[in-house]
Formats: sequence, structure tokens, C-alpha cells
Amino acid sequence: MEINWRRDADAAIEAAAAGSQPVLLDFSAAPM
Amino acid sequence: MITENFLPVRVHVREEAEDFRRLSERFGAQWTPTILMLDPSGMERHRVEGFLPVEDFMGQLGLGLGRIHFSAGRFEEAERQFREVVTRHPNSDAAPEGLYWAGVSRYKRTNESTALEDTARAFQESYADTPWAKKASVWTKKST
Repeated sequence: MEINWRRDADAAIEAAAAGSQPVLLDFSAAPM
Repeated sequence: MITENFLPVRVHVREEAEDFRRLSERFGAQWTPTILMLDPSGMERHRVEGFLPVEDFMGQLGLGLGRIHFSAGRFEEAERQFREVVTRHPNSDAAPEGLYWAGVSRYKRTNESTALEDTARAFQESYADTPWAKKASVWTKKST
């Protein structure tokens, strides 16, 4: 399953708070 | 599992170098991959550091969801989530942790000591050699 990762971290975390949604925050160094 | 329950956010060490530097410092992420499960207020509730096989990772996601419910005082949902980790990922490291927290969640909801005693008994039958069994052993009801 393809995951549509948000890359705008600050805005995404704010959006999650506004929508009462938990966040999965991935600190990654994987090849892009 | 991920998109149904979380807003997934990735911060890449090179692609988002400035965000990575700032946010890794804020959350104390010192290694990759580090995956945090945050509640809606942005508070960390569960952390996975380093690679995990899919089965183990899915178990950790379940634990994170359970901890988010637990921290919000939704103990019934938390217990359901933790028990689901045990039944869906019984061979993962997350399973004994899920069993432990399921018992705690039930106790927090009911305030009945049998919730903890039942959990201690369950650990005598499953996952007996895990640190979670040691933690639960204090709940064993002493025979009189």
C-alpha cells in the first residue's frame, strides 16, 4: 500500500491537531 | 493501518535538511529511522528506533495507537487496541507489551484488581520469559 507522506512537517502537525488526528512522524535517511 | 489511523509525516535527513535538524532536536531523534507516534496535541506517545520487519512494525503501530487512547483516558478503546496487537501479531515483540497494557487499561477502566491478577496469570501461560512478564509478576495473587 502506497503511503502519501506529508513532507511539510510543521503544517502537517498543525493540521493533525486541528483535526484531532494522531501523527506518525518518520525521521528518515532512506534513499529517495 | 497507517493512513486509517495516523497522519503520516516524513522528514528526510537530506531532502528536508532544515526541518530534520530542527525537529530531530525538538523530539530527541538521534538515529534513523526513528518513528514517533504523536497524539493530536503533538506529544510523543510511542517511539520506534531502528528498522523492524513488517510484522513487528505493525505491532508497534498498534501499541502506539493504544498508548494514544490510553493517554486520552479512553481505556476501553486502549484495551481493545492492545488486545488486537496480541491477537494480530502474537509473535512480535509488541505482543507481550500489548498484553501488559491491556491489563493496565482494563484496571484503569474498572478499578478491579482482578484485571491485573488475570494479566499476571496470562503471563504464566504466554510470554513468560519476557520483561513484561516480570513486570506483571507483582500482580500475582498470593494464595492464602
